[in-house]
Amino acid sequence: MSAAPLLDIRDLGVEFATPQGTVRAVTGVSLSVATGECLAIVGESGSGKTQLFMACLGLLSDNGRAVGSARYLGTELIGASETELNRVRGVGMSLVTQDPLNSLTPHLRIERLLTEGVLDRGLMSAAEAGQRALEALRTVGITEPEARLRHYPHELSGGMRQRVAIAVALMTAPKLLVADEPTTALDVTVQARVLDVLRSLRATGLAIVLITHDLGVVAGIADRVAVMYAGELVETAPAAGLFAAPAHPYTAGLLASVPRLSDPATLRLAAIEGQPPRPGEIVTGCPFAPRCASASEVCREVAPRLRSIASGREVACHAPFSQEGRV
Amino acid sequence: MTAPLLQVERLVVRYPLGKPRLFGPRREIEALAGVSLDIAEGGTLGVVGESGSGKSTLARAVLGFVKPLSGEIRWRGELLDTTDKARMRPMRRVMQVVFQDPFGSLDPRMTAGASVFEALEALEGPASREAANERVAAVFREVGLDPSFARRYPHELSGGQCQRVAIARATVARPQLLICDEAVSALDVSVQAQIVNLLRDTCRRHGMALLFISHNLAVVRHLCADIAVLCQGRLVERAGREQLFSAPRDPYTQALLAAVPEPRPIARA
Repeated sequence: MSAAPLLDIRDLGVEFATPQGTVRAVTGVSLSVATGECLAIVGESGSGKTQLFMACLGLLSDNGRAVGSARYLGTELIGASETELNRVRGVGMSLVTQDPLNSLTPHLRIERLLTEGVLDRGLMSAAEAGQRALEALRTVGITEPEARLRHYPHELSGGMRQRVAIAVALMTAPKLLVADEPTTALDVTVQARVLDVLRSLRATGLAIVLITHDLGVVAGIADRVAVMYAGELVETAPAAGLFAAPAHPYTAGLLASVPRLSDPATLRLAAIEGQPPRPGEIVTGCPFAPRCASASEVCREVAPRLRSIASGREVACHAPFSQEGRV
Repeated sequence: MTAPLLQVERLVVRYPLGKPRLFGPRREIEALAGVSLDIAEGGTLGVVGESGSGKSTLARAVLGFVKPLSGEIRWRGELLDTTDKARMRPMRRVMQVVFQDPFGSLDPRMTAGASVFEALEALEGPASREAANERVAAVFREVGLDPSFARRYPHELSGGQCQRVAIARATVARPQLLICDEAVSALDVSVQAQIVNLLRDTCRRHGMALLFISHNLAVVRHLCADIAVLCQGRLVERAGREQLFSAPRDPYTQALLAAVPEPRPIARA
Protein backbone atom coordinates (compact mmCIF):
# COMPACT_ATOMS: atom_id res chain seq x y z
CA MET A 1 0.00 0.00 0.00
CA SER A 2 1.34 3.41 -0.90
CA ALA A 3 1.77 6.03 1.80
CA ALA A 4 -0.69 8.73 0.72
CA PRO A 5 -4.26 7.44 0.34
CA LEU A 6 -6.33 8.31 -2.73
CA LEU A 7 -9.35 9.16 -0.61
CA ASP A 8 -9.01 9.95 3.07
CA ILE A 9 -12.20 10.23 5.11
CA ARG A 10 -11.80 11.56 8.66
CA ASP A 11 -14.54 11.65 11.26
CA LEU A 12 -17.25 12.16 8.66
CA GLY A 13 -20.81 12.65 9.79
CA VAL A 14 -23.97 13.13 7.73
CA GLU A 15 -27.26 14.46 9.05
CA PHE A 16 -30.59 15.30 7.52
CA ALA A 17 -33.05 17.96 8.64
CA THR A 18 -36.52 16.38 8.68
CA PRO A 19 -39.88 17.58 9.99
CA GLN A 20 -39.27 15.21 12.92
CA GLY A 21 -35.95 16.85 13.74
CA THR A 22 -32.36 16.19 12.79
CA VAL A 23 -31.60 12.60 11.79
CA ARG A 24 -28.04 11.34 11.86
CA ALA A 25 -27.34 8.97 8.98
CA VAL A 26 -23.58 8.63 9.43
CA THR A 27 -21.59 9.19 12.62
CA GLY A 28 -17.84 9.70 12.89
CA VAL A 29 -16.60 7.45 10.09
CA SER A 30 -12.88 7.40 9.29
CA LEU A 31 -11.74 5.38 6.30
CA SER A 32 -9.18 5.57 3.57
CA VAL A 33 -8.95 4.13 0.09
CA ALA A 34 -5.46 3.44 -1.27
CA THR A 35 -4.49 3.70 -4.92
CA GLY A 36 -5.58 0.62 -6.83
CA GLU A 37 -7.33 -1.09 -3.94
CA CYS A 38 -10.86 -2.44 -3.82
CA LEU A 39 -12.67 -1.53 -0.63
CA ALA A 40 -16.11 -2.99 0.01
CA ILE A 41 -18.57 -1.10 2.21
CA VAL A 42 -21.10 -3.57 3.57
CA GLY A 43 -24.28 -2.88 5.50
CA GLU A 44 -28.06 -3.17 5.49
CA SER A 45 -30.46 -0.61 4.01
CA GLY A 46 -30.27 2.53 6.10
CA SER A 47 -26.82 1.79 7.51
CA GLY A 48 -25.49 4.99 5.94
CA LYS A 49 -23.16 3.27 3.47
CA THR A 50 -24.48 5.19 0.46
CA GLN A 51 -24.79 8.57 2.22
CA LEU A 52 -21.16 8.35 3.31
CA PHE A 53 -20.01 8.47 -0.30
CA MET A 54 -22.76 10.83 -1.45
CA ALA A 55 -21.30 13.26 1.12
CA CYS A 56 -17.81 12.81 -0.38
CA LEU A 57 -19.18 13.51 -3.87
CA GLY A 58 -21.21 16.53 -2.72
CA LEU A 59 -24.41 14.76 -3.78
CA LEU A 60 -26.42 14.86 -0.55
CA SER A 61 -30.01 15.94 -0.94
CA ASP A 62 -30.84 19.55 -0.05
CA ASN A 63 -31.75 18.79 3.56
CA GLY A 64 -28.50 16.88 4.09
CA ARG A 65 -25.38 18.26 5.75
CA ALA A 66 -21.92 16.73 6.05
CA VAL A 67 -19.40 17.44 8.79
CA GLY A 68 -15.83 16.27 9.09
CA SER A 69 -13.32 15.82 6.33
CA ALA A 70 -12.88 13.85 3.12
CA ARG A 71 -9.82 14.50 1.01
CA TYR A 72 -9.27 13.26 -2.52
CA LEU A 73 -5.52 13.42 -3.21
CA GLY A 74 -5.28 16.21 -0.66
CA THR A 75 -8.28 18.22 -1.95
CA GLU A 76 -10.92 18.77 0.71
CA LEU A 77 -14.36 17.74 -0.59
CA ILE A 78 -16.58 18.52 2.38
CA GLY A 79 -17.86 22.08 2.06
CA ALA A 80 -16.14 22.52 -1.32
CA SER A 81 -17.84 24.66 -3.97
CA GLU A 82 -19.49 23.05 -6.99
CA THR A 83 -16.60 24.29 -9.16
CA GLU A 84 -14.05 22.65 -6.91
CA LEU A 85 -16.11 19.47 -6.68
CA ASN A 86 -16.44 19.28 -10.45
CA ARG A 87 -12.68 19.11 -10.76
CA VAL A 88 -12.86 15.80 -8.87
CA ARG A 89 -16.33 14.41 -9.58
CA GLY A 90 -16.52 12.40 -12.76
CA VAL A 91 -12.85 13.16 -13.39
CA GLY A 92 -10.79 11.52 -10.67
CA MET A 93 -13.71 9.93 -8.87
CA SER A 94 -16.70 8.46 -10.72
CA LEU A 95 -19.98 7.00 -9.53
CA VAL A 96 -22.04 4.04 -10.73
CA THR A 97 -25.48 3.74 -9.15
CA GLN A 98 -27.76 0.81 -8.52
CA ASP A 99 -30.50 1.28 -11.07
CA PRO A 100 -29.12 0.85 -14.58
CA LEU A 101 -32.27 2.20 -16.23
CA ASN A 102 -32.69 5.38 -14.20
CA SER A 103 -29.04 6.35 -14.39
CA LEU A 104 -29.09 6.54 -18.20
CA THR A 105 -31.08 9.38 -19.80
CA PRO A 106 -33.70 7.52 -21.88
CA HIS A 107 -33.83 9.83 -24.91
CA LEU A 108 -30.09 9.94 -25.56
CA ARG A 109 -28.18 7.43 -27.61
CA ILE A 110 -25.37 5.48 -25.92
CA GLU A 111 -22.81 7.56 -27.85
CA ARG A 112 -24.13 10.83 -26.42
CA LEU A 113 -24.43 9.35 -22.92
CA LEU A 114 -20.80 8.33 -23.02
CA THR A 115 -19.41 11.51 -24.49
CA GLU A 116 -21.58 14.31 -23.05
CA GLY A 117 -19.64 14.56 -19.79
CA VAL A 118 -16.21 14.97 -21.35
CA LEU A 119 -17.44 17.16 -24.23
CA ASP A 120 -19.49 19.55 -22.08
CA ARG A 121 -16.49 20.13 -19.87
CA GLY A 122 -14.15 20.44 -22.83
CA LEU A 123 -11.91 17.65 -21.64
CA MET A 124 -11.57 16.06 -25.08
CA SER A 125 -12.21 16.80 -28.73
CA ALA A 126 -15.21 15.11 -30.34
CA ALA A 127 -12.95 12.69 -32.21
CA GLU A 128 -11.04 11.77 -29.07
CA ALA A 129 -14.27 11.31 -27.15
CA GLY A 130 -15.68 9.03 -29.85
CA GLN A 131 -12.52 6.95 -29.76
CA ARG A 132 -12.57 6.81 -25.98
CA ALA A 133 -16.26 5.80 -25.99
CA LEU A 134 -15.46 2.75 -28.13
CA GLU A 135 -12.58 1.86 -25.85
CA ALA A 136 -14.74 2.20 -22.74
CA LEU A 137 -17.41 -0.08 -24.20
CA ARG A 138 -14.76 -2.68 -25.08
CA THR A 139 -13.32 -2.44 -21.57
CA VAL A 140 -16.66 -3.40 -20.04
CA GLY A 141 -17.00 -6.33 -22.43
CA ILE A 142 -19.71 -5.04 -24.77
CA THR A 143 -19.61 -6.78 -28.12
CA GLU A 144 -20.02 -4.81 -31.36
CA PRO A 145 -19.43 -1.45 -29.64
CA GLU A 146 -19.77 0.50 -32.92
CA ALA A 147 -23.36 -0.71 -33.33
CA ARG A 148 -24.21 -0.16 -29.65
CA LEU A 149 -23.29 3.52 -29.86
CA ARG A 150 -26.38 4.08 -32.01
CA HIS A 151 -28.74 2.38 -29.54
CA TYR A 152 -30.96 3.88 -26.85
CA PRO A 153 -30.87 2.58 -23.24
CA HIS A 154 -34.23 0.78 -23.57
CA GLU A 155 -32.82 -1.36 -26.35
CA LEU A 156 -30.29 -2.91 -24.00
CA SER A 157 -30.75 -5.58 -21.34
CA GLY A 158 -30.32 -4.77 -17.64
CA GLY A 159 -26.82 -6.21 -17.44
CA MET A 160 -25.77 -4.40 -20.60
CA ARG A 161 -27.15 -1.09 -19.26
CA GLN A 162 -25.19 -1.49 -16.06
CA ARG A 163 -22.04 -2.11 -18.11
CA VAL A 164 -22.78 1.03 -20.15
CA ALA A 165 -23.17 2.96 -16.87
CA ILE A 166 -19.74 1.68 -15.83
CA ALA A 167 -18.36 2.68 -19.25
CA VAL A 168 -19.75 6.21 -18.75
CA ALA A 169 -17.93 6.38 -15.41
CA LEU A 170 -14.70 5.27 -17.10
CA MET A 171 -14.68 7.93 -19.83
CA THR A 172 -12.40 10.29 -17.91
CA ALA A 173 -10.05 7.50 -16.83
CA PRO A 174 -10.79 8.05 -13.11
CA LYS A 175 -8.54 6.78 -10.35
CA LEU A 176 -11.46 5.83 -8.12
CA LEU A 177 -14.78 4.24 -9.06
CA VAL A 178 -17.57 4.31 -6.48
CA ALA A 179 -20.00 1.51 -7.36
CA ASP A 180 -23.18 1.70 -5.27
CA GLU A 181 -25.00 -1.65 -5.30
CA PRO A 182 -24.04 -2.14 -8.96
CA THR A 183 -25.49 -5.66 -9.16
CA THR A 184 -28.46 -5.60 -6.79
CA ALA A 185 -31.04 -5.11 -9.54
CA LEU A 186 -29.58 -7.91 -11.65
CA ASP A 187 -30.03 -11.68 -12.00
CA VAL A 188 -27.29 -13.84 -10.53
CA THR A 189 -25.86 -14.79 -13.92
CA VAL A 190 -25.77 -11.17 -15.10
CA GLN A 191 -24.40 -10.13 -11.72
CA ALA A 192 -21.52 -12.57 -12.19
CA ARG A 193 -20.67 -10.92 -15.53
CA VAL A 194 -20.75 -7.39 -14.09
CA LEU A 195 -18.53 -8.52 -11.22
CA ASP A 196 -16.10 -9.95 -13.79
CA VAL A 197 -15.94 -6.50 -15.40
CA LEU A 198 -15.21 -4.84 -12.03
CA ARG A 199 -12.57 -7.46 -11.28
CA SER A 200 -10.80 -6.83 -14.59
CA LEU A 201 -10.92 -3.06 -13.97
CA ARG A 202 -9.37 -3.59 -10.58
CA ALA A 203 -6.59 -5.55 -12.25
CA THR A 204 -5.78 -2.48 -14.37
CA GLY A 205 -5.04 -0.46 -11.22
CA LEU A 206 -8.38 1.32 -10.80
CA ALA A 207 -9.37 1.76 -7.15
CA ILE A 208 -12.94 0.63 -6.50
CA VAL A 209 -15.31 1.31 -3.62
CA LEU A 210 -17.99 -1.37 -3.81
CA ILE A 211 -21.08 -0.54 -1.74
CA THR A 212 -23.31 -3.57 -1.14
CA HIS A 213 -25.51 -5.41 1.35
CA ASP A 214 -24.37 -8.80 0.10
CA LEU A 215 -21.12 -10.22 1.45
CA GLY A 216 -21.35 -12.90 -1.24
CA VAL A 217 -20.72 -10.21 -3.87
CA VAL A 218 -17.69 -8.93 -1.99
CA ALA A 219 -15.83 -12.22 -2.04
CA GLY A 220 -13.25 -12.59 -4.74
CA ILE A 221 -13.04 -8.88 -5.57
CA ALA A 222 -12.43 -6.82 -2.42
CA ASP A 223 -9.05 -6.36 -0.76
CA ARG A 224 -10.56 -4.83 2.34
CA VAL A 225 -14.05 -4.77 3.82
CA ALA A 226 -15.63 -2.09 6.02
CA VAL A 227 -18.88 -3.07 7.73
CA MET A 228 -21.37 -0.34 8.70
CA TYR A 229 -24.26 -0.60 11.13
CA ALA A 230 -26.67 2.18 12.12
CA GLY A 231 -24.43 4.86 10.58
CA GLU A 232 -21.23 3.73 12.24
CA LEU A 233 -18.27 1.69 11.18
CA VAL A 234 -18.30 -1.54 13.22
CA GLU A 235 -15.51 -3.53 11.61
CA THR A 236 -12.75 -3.10 9.05
CA ALA A 237 -10.54 -5.96 7.98
CA PRO A 238 -8.67 -7.46 5.04
CA ALA A 239 -11.21 -9.50 3.05
CA ALA A 240 -9.51 -12.84 3.62
CA GLY A 241 -9.33 -12.32 7.38
CA LEU A 242 -12.92 -11.12 7.59
CA PHE A 243 -14.33 -14.12 5.75
CA ALA A 244 -12.17 -16.56 7.69
CA ALA A 245 -12.96 -15.10 11.12
CA PRO A 246 -15.37 -12.17 11.46
CA ALA A 247 -14.72 -10.28 14.70
CA HIS A 248 -18.00 -8.36 15.11
CA PRO A 249 -21.14 -10.41 15.85
CA TYR A 250 -22.98 -8.35 13.22
CA THR A 251 -20.43 -9.26 10.53
CA ALA A 252 -20.73 -12.89 11.57
CA GLY A 253 -24.52 -12.61 11.28
CA LEU A 254 -24.32 -11.05 7.81
CA LEU A 255 -21.96 -13.79 6.64
CA ALA A 256 -24.24 -16.51 7.98
CA SER A 257 -27.31 -15.00 6.26
CA VAL A 258 -25.91 -15.55 2.76
CA PRO A 259 -27.42 -18.77 1.44
CA ARG A 260 -24.57 -21.02 0.40
CA LEU A 261 -24.55 -23.97 -1.94
CA SER A 262 -22.15 -25.72 0.44
CA ASP A 263 -24.50 -25.69 3.48
CA PRO A 264 -26.79 -28.60 4.25
CA ALA A 265 -29.99 -27.65 2.42
CA THR A 266 -32.27 -28.74 5.22
CA LEU A 267 -30.74 -26.22 7.59
CA ARG A 268 -32.63 -23.05 8.47
CA LEU A 269 -30.79 -19.97 7.28
CA ALA A 270 -29.03 -18.20 10.12
CA ALA A 271 -30.90 -14.90 10.07
CA ILE A 272 -30.13 -11.94 12.32
CA GLU A 273 -33.46 -11.52 14.07
CA GLY A 274 -34.87 -8.07 14.75
CA GLN A 275 -34.31 -4.72 13.08
CA PRO A 276 -31.62 -2.08 13.10
CA PRO A 277 -32.53 1.06 15.10
CA ARG A 278 -34.79 3.43 13.18
CA PRO A 279 -33.10 6.57 11.84
CA GLY A 280 -33.25 9.23 14.52
CA GLU A 281 -33.81 6.72 17.31
CA ILE A 282 -31.67 7.50 20.37
CA VAL A 283 -29.52 4.51 21.22
CA THR A 284 -27.57 4.07 24.42
CA GLY A 285 -24.79 1.53 24.39
CA CYS A 286 -23.96 -0.56 21.34
CA PRO A 287 -26.56 -0.06 18.54
CA PHE A 288 -26.36 -3.78 17.74
CA ALA A 289 -26.87 -4.95 21.34
CA PRO A 290 -30.66 -5.61 21.03
CA ARG A 291 -30.01 -8.10 18.20
CA CYS A 292 -26.76 -9.54 19.51
CA ALA A 293 -26.67 -13.01 21.06
CA SER A 294 -23.53 -12.29 23.05
CA ALA A 295 -24.60 -8.88 24.39
CA SER A 296 -23.97 -8.29 28.09
CA GLU A 297 -24.76 -5.52 30.57
CA VAL A 298 -21.88 -3.31 29.43
CA CYS A 299 -23.01 -3.53 25.77
CA ARG A 300 -26.39 -2.04 26.64
CA GLU A 301 -24.84 0.85 28.57
CA VAL A 302 -21.56 1.85 26.95
CA ALA A 303 -21.14 2.39 23.21
CA PRO A 304 -18.03 0.50 22.05
CA ARG A 305 -15.29 2.48 20.28
CA LEU A 306 -13.57 1.26 17.13
CA ARG A 307 -10.27 -0.25 18.26
CA SER A 308 -7.46 -2.19 16.65
CA ILE A 309 -7.40 -5.94 17.34
CA ALA A 310 -4.78 -7.02 14.82
CA SER A 311 -2.79 -5.55 11.99
CA GLY A 312 -5.27 -3.85 9.63
CA ARG A 313 -8.23 -5.01 11.70
CA GLU A 314 -10.48 -2.77 13.73
CA VAL A 315 -13.70 -3.61 15.51
CA ALA A 316 -16.23 -1.69 17.60
CA CYS A 317 -17.33 -4.37 20.04
CA HIS A 318 -16.81 -5.05 23.73
CA ALA A 319 -16.54 -8.79 23.20
CA PRO A 320 -15.37 -9.47 19.63
CA PHE A 321 -14.97 -13.03 18.41
CA SER A 322 -11.45 -14.29 18.89
CA GLN A 323 -9.08 -14.30 15.90
CA GLU A 324 -7.56 -17.72 16.60
CA GLY A 325 -5.35 -16.47 19.37
CA ARG A 326 -4.42 -13.24 17.57
CA VAL A 327 -6.34 -11.02 20.00
CA MET B 1 -52.35 -42.55 -7.16
CA THR B 2 -54.05 -39.31 -6.25
CA ALA B 3 -53.88 -36.40 -8.66
CA PRO B 4 -51.29 -33.72 -7.90
CA LEU B 5 -52.44 -30.48 -6.29
CA LEU B 6 -51.48 -28.44 -9.32
CA GLN B 7 -50.59 -29.78 -12.70
CA VAL B 8 -49.49 -27.80 -15.71
CA GLU B 9 -49.50 -29.62 -19.05
CA ARG B 10 -47.71 -28.43 -22.21
CA LEU B 11 -48.45 -24.80 -21.37
CA VAL B 12 -47.81 -22.28 -24.15
CA VAL B 13 -47.99 -18.51 -23.61
CA ARG B 14 -47.13 -15.93 -26.26
CA TYR B 15 -46.91 -12.17 -25.87
CA PRO B 16 -47.38 -9.79 -28.78
CA LEU B 17 -44.42 -7.62 -29.70
CA GLY B 18 -44.58 -4.32 -31.55
CA LYS B 19 -44.72 -4.36 -35.33
CA PRO B 20 -41.41 -3.66 -37.03
CA ARG B 21 -43.21 -1.36 -39.54
CA LEU B 22 -46.69 0.14 -39.57
CA PHE B 23 -48.03 -2.50 -41.96
CA GLY B 24 -45.44 -5.10 -41.09
CA PRO B 25 -46.24 -8.55 -39.77
CA ARG B 26 -47.35 -8.91 -36.16
CA ARG B 27 -44.55 -10.42 -34.10
CA GLU B 28 -44.81 -12.56 -31.00
CA ILE B 29 -42.49 -13.85 -28.35
CA GLU B 30 -43.02 -17.29 -26.90
CA ALA B 31 -42.70 -16.85 -23.14
CA LEU B 32 -43.63 -20.45 -22.38
CA ALA B 33 -43.07 -23.06 -25.05
CA GLY B 34 -44.92 -26.12 -23.77
CA VAL B 35 -43.96 -26.47 -20.13
CA SER B 36 -45.26 -29.35 -17.99
CA LEU B 37 -44.89 -29.31 -14.21
CA ASP B 38 -46.72 -30.50 -11.11
CA ILE B 39 -46.77 -29.96 -7.36
CA ALA B 40 -48.09 -32.49 -4.88
CA GLU B 41 -50.20 -31.49 -1.89
CA GLY B 42 -47.88 -29.83 0.65
CA GLY B 43 -44.99 -30.10 -1.82
CA THR B 44 -42.34 -27.50 -2.53
CA LEU B 45 -41.33 -26.71 -6.11
CA GLY B 46 -38.70 -24.16 -7.02
CA VAL B 47 -38.72 -22.65 -10.50
CA VAL B 48 -35.44 -21.02 -11.46
CA GLY B 49 -34.18 -19.22 -14.52
CA GLU B 50 -32.91 -15.84 -15.69
CA SER B 51 -35.03 -12.82 -16.58
CA GLY B 52 -37.00 -13.75 -19.65
CA SER B 53 -36.95 -17.47 -18.97
CA GLY B 54 -40.73 -17.51 -18.52
CA LYS B 55 -40.79 -18.29 -14.81
CA SER B 56 -43.02 -15.34 -13.88
CA THR B 57 -45.27 -16.02 -16.87
CA LEU B 58 -45.80 -19.51 -15.47
CA ALA B 59 -47.06 -18.05 -12.19
CA ARG B 60 -49.21 -15.48 -13.98
CA ALA B 61 -50.77 -18.14 -16.20
CA VAL B 62 -51.62 -20.35 -13.21
CA LEU B 63 -53.20 -17.39 -11.43
CA GLY B 64 -55.17 -16.42 -14.52
CA PHE B 65 -53.43 -13.08 -15.13
CA VAL B 66 -52.37 -14.11 -18.63
CA LYS B 67 -54.25 -16.29 -21.06
CA PRO B 68 -52.38 -19.35 -22.28
CA LEU B 69 -52.47 -20.09 -26.01
CA SER B 70 -52.67 -23.81 -25.38
CA GLY B 71 -52.06 -26.38 -22.70
CA GLU B 72 -53.88 -27.37 -19.55
CA ILE B 73 -53.86 -26.30 -15.93
CA ARG B 74 -55.38 -28.81 -13.51
CA TRP B 75 -56.22 -28.37 -9.86
CA ARG B 76 -56.54 -31.71 -8.01
CA GLY B 77 -56.98 -33.34 -11.39
CA GLU B 78 -59.79 -31.02 -12.48
CA LEU B 79 -59.33 -28.84 -15.52
CA LEU B 80 -59.12 -25.17 -14.56
CA ASP B 81 -60.36 -22.47 -16.91
CA THR B 82 -58.19 -19.59 -15.69
CA THR B 83 -59.93 -17.15 -18.04
CA ASP B 84 -63.31 -17.69 -16.35
CA LYS B 85 -63.32 -15.00 -13.67
CA ALA B 86 -66.38 -16.33 -11.83
CA ARG B 87 -64.92 -19.82 -11.60
CA MET B 88 -61.47 -18.52 -10.60
CA ARG B 89 -62.92 -16.61 -7.63
CA PRO B 90 -63.17 -19.63 -5.32
CA MET B 91 -59.66 -20.57 -6.44
CA ARG B 92 -58.29 -17.41 -4.78
CA ARG B 93 -59.00 -19.05 -1.43
CA VAL B 94 -56.80 -22.02 -2.17
CA MET B 95 -54.13 -20.29 -4.25
CA GLN B 96 -52.38 -17.09 -3.11
CA VAL B 97 -49.41 -15.12 -4.31
CA VAL B 98 -46.59 -12.95 -2.91
CA PHE B 99 -44.84 -10.64 -5.36
CA GLN B 100 -41.33 -9.22 -5.55
CA ASP B 101 -41.88 -5.55 -4.70
CA PRO B 102 -42.81 -5.31 -1.02
CA PHE B 103 -44.01 -1.68 -1.25
CA GLY B 104 -45.76 -1.98 -4.59
CA SER B 105 -47.93 -4.88 -3.45
CA LEU B 106 -49.58 -2.99 -0.56
CA ASP B 107 -52.06 -0.13 -0.92
CA PRO B 108 -50.22 2.95 0.39
CA ARG B 109 -53.48 4.44 1.72
CA MET B 110 -54.44 1.38 3.76
CA THR B 111 -52.97 0.33 7.08
CA ALA B 112 -51.24 -3.04 7.13
CA GLY B 113 -54.08 -4.43 9.22
CA ALA B 114 -56.73 -3.16 6.79
CA SER B 115 -54.89 -4.79 3.87
CA VAL B 116 -54.94 -8.15 5.63
CA PHE B 117 -58.53 -7.68 6.83
CA GLU B 118 -59.66 -6.87 3.29
CA ALA B 119 -58.14 -10.10 2.00
CA LEU B 120 -59.78 -12.10 4.78
CA GLU B 121 -63.19 -10.61 4.07
CA ALA B 122 -62.87 -11.05 0.31
CA LEU B 123 -61.88 -14.69 0.69
CA GLU B 124 -64.09 -15.85 3.54
CA GLY B 125 -66.98 -13.44 3.45
CA PRO B 126 -68.03 -11.01 6.18
CA ALA B 127 -67.24 -11.97 9.75
CA SER B 128 -67.76 -10.29 13.09
CA ARG B 129 -65.33 -7.47 13.89
CA GLU B 130 -63.88 -9.24 16.92
CA ALA B 131 -63.39 -12.56 15.17
CA ALA B 132 -61.73 -10.84 12.20
CA ASN B 133 -59.47 -8.71 14.40
CA GLU B 134 -58.45 -11.83 16.26
CA ARG B 135 -57.56 -13.57 13.01
CA VAL B 136 -55.56 -10.57 11.77
CA ALA B 137 -53.67 -10.30 15.06
CA ALA B 138 -52.94 -14.05 14.99
CA VAL B 139 -51.57 -13.96 11.45
CA PHE B 140 -49.42 -10.91 12.30
CA ARG B 141 -47.90 -12.82 15.20
CA GLU B 142 -47.36 -15.79 12.90
CA VAL B 143 -45.32 -13.73 10.43
CA GLY B 144 -43.26 -12.32 13.29
CA LEU B 145 -44.85 -8.87 13.59
CA ASP B 146 -46.31 -7.40 16.73
CA PRO B 147 -50.10 -6.97 16.21
CA SER B 148 -49.61 -3.23 16.84
CA PHE B 149 -48.04 -3.12 13.34
CA ALA B 150 -51.58 -3.54 11.97
CA ARG B 151 -52.12 0.19 12.57
CA ARG B 152 -49.11 1.24 10.49
CA TYR B 153 -49.07 2.35 6.88
CA PRO B 154 -46.69 0.77 4.34
CA HIS B 155 -44.40 3.83 4.31
CA GLU B 156 -43.84 3.35 8.04
CA LEU B 157 -42.56 -0.19 7.45
CA SER B 158 -39.21 -1.48 6.22
CA GLY B 159 -38.99 -3.66 3.09
CA GLY B 160 -38.81 -6.83 5.17
CA GLN B 161 -41.78 -5.80 7.31
CA CYS B 162 -43.83 -5.00 4.19
CA GLN B 163 -43.02 -8.44 2.81
CA ARG B 164 -44.16 -9.98 6.11
CA VAL B 165 -47.46 -8.13 5.75
CA ALA B 166 -47.77 -9.41 2.16
CA ILE B 167 -47.18 -12.95 3.42
CA ALA B 168 -49.72 -12.41 6.22
CA ARG B 169 -52.29 -11.28 3.67
CA ALA B 170 -51.58 -14.22 1.38
CA THR B 171 -51.78 -16.81 4.16
CA VAL B 172 -54.57 -15.42 6.38
CA ALA B 173 -57.20 -17.61 4.73
CA ARG B 174 -54.90 -20.67 4.79
CA PRO B 175 -54.43 -21.33 1.07
CA GLN B 176 -53.33 -24.77 -0.09
CA LEU B 177 -50.80 -23.32 -2.49
CA LEU B 178 -48.61 -20.26 -1.99
CA ILE B 179 -46.95 -18.84 -5.10
CA CYS B 180 -43.93 -16.61 -4.47
CA ASP B 181 -42.66 -14.68 -7.48
CA GLU B 182 -39.14 -13.47 -6.59
CA ALA B 183 -40.53 -12.73 -3.13
CA VAL B 184 -37.12 -12.26 -1.51
CA SER B 185 -35.08 -10.83 -4.42
CA ALA B 186 -35.60 -7.16 -3.52
CA LEU B 187 -34.58 -7.61 0.12
CA ASP B 188 -31.25 -7.17 1.87
CA VAL B 189 -29.43 -10.46 2.39
CA SER B 190 -29.96 -10.37 6.17
CA VAL B 191 -33.70 -9.73 5.77
CA GLN B 192 -33.90 -12.25 2.94
CA ALA B 193 -32.75 -14.96 5.35
CA GLN B 194 -35.52 -14.00 7.80
CA ILE B 195 -38.20 -14.17 5.10
CA VAL B 196 -36.89 -17.48 3.69
CA ASN B 197 -37.12 -18.98 7.17
CA LEU B 198 -40.60 -17.51 7.65
CA LEU B 199 -41.86 -19.03 4.37
CA ARG B 200 -40.36 -22.37 5.32
CA ASP B 201 -42.00 -22.40 8.75
CA THR B 202 -45.38 -21.16 7.52
CA CYS B 203 -45.62 -23.77 4.77
CA ARG B 204 -44.57 -26.58 7.08
CA ARG B 205 -46.91 -25.58 9.88
CA HIS B 206 -49.99 -25.55 7.67
CA GLY B 207 -49.00 -28.17 5.10
CA MET B 208 -49.15 -25.48 2.43
CA ALA B 209 -47.63 -26.26 -0.95
CA LEU B 210 -45.10 -23.73 -2.22
CA LEU B 211 -44.29 -22.68 -5.76
CA PHE B 212 -41.19 -20.54 -5.33
CA ILE B 213 -39.88 -18.60 -8.30
CA SER B 214 -36.37 -17.17 -8.12
CA HIS B 215 -33.19 -16.56 -10.07
CA ASN B 216 -31.02 -17.54 -7.12
CA LEU B 217 -30.45 -21.28 -6.81
CA ALA B 218 -28.92 -20.98 -3.35
CA VAL B 219 -32.18 -19.53 -2.00
CA VAL B 220 -34.34 -22.09 -3.80
CA ARG B 221 -32.21 -24.87 -2.38
CA HIS B 222 -33.16 -23.89 1.19
CA LEU B 223 -36.89 -23.95 0.45
CA CYS B 224 -37.69 -26.50 -2.21
CA ALA B 225 -37.45 -30.28 -2.41
CA ASP B 226 -38.06 -30.25 -6.17
CA ILE B 227 -36.49 -27.85 -8.62
CA ALA B 228 -37.38 -27.01 -12.21
CA VAL B 229 -35.01 -24.99 -14.38
CA LEU B 230 -36.51 -22.86 -17.14
CA CYS B 231 -34.55 -21.38 -20.02
CA GLN B 232 -36.19 -19.32 -22.76
CA GLY B 233 -39.61 -20.74 -22.06
CA ARG B 234 -38.52 -24.36 -21.99
CA LEU B 235 -38.04 -26.75 -19.11
CA VAL B 236 -34.39 -27.77 -19.33
CA GLU B 237 -34.10 -29.77 -16.14
CA ARG B 238 -36.34 -31.04 -13.38
CA ALA B 239 -34.86 -32.90 -10.46
CA GLY B 240 -34.95 -33.43 -6.73
CA ARG B 241 -32.83 -31.07 -4.66
CA GLU B 242 -30.07 -33.58 -3.89
CA GLN B 243 -29.69 -34.69 -7.46
CA LEU B 244 -29.82 -31.23 -9.03
CA PHE B 245 -27.17 -29.78 -6.76
CA SER B 246 -24.84 -32.77 -6.69
CA ALA B 247 -25.07 -33.63 -10.39
CA PRO B 248 -26.68 -30.92 -12.55
CA ARG B 249 -27.15 -32.37 -16.02
CA ASP B 250 -28.00 -29.39 -18.15
CA PRO B 251 -25.22 -26.88 -19.00
CA TYR B 252 -27.63 -24.02 -18.24
CA THR B 253 -28.22 -25.35 -14.72
CA GLN B 254 -24.46 -25.60 -14.29
CA ALA B 255 -24.07 -21.96 -15.38
CA LEU B 256 -26.75 -20.85 -12.90
CA LEU B 257 -24.99 -22.74 -10.13
CA ALA B 258 -21.63 -21.23 -11.01
CA ALA B 259 -23.11 -17.72 -10.81
CA VAL B 260 -24.19 -17.98 -7.16
CA PRO B 261 -21.90 -15.66 -5.21
CA GLU B 262 -20.44 -17.47 -2.22
CA PRO B 263 -19.05 -15.50 0.72
CA ARG B 264 -15.66 -17.04 0.39
CA PRO B 265 -12.62 -15.08 -0.81
CA ILE B 266 -11.16 -16.50 -3.98
CA ALA B 267 -7.39 -16.75 -4.05
CA ARG B 268 -6.06 -14.10 -6.37
CA ALA B 269 -3.02 -14.57 -8.52
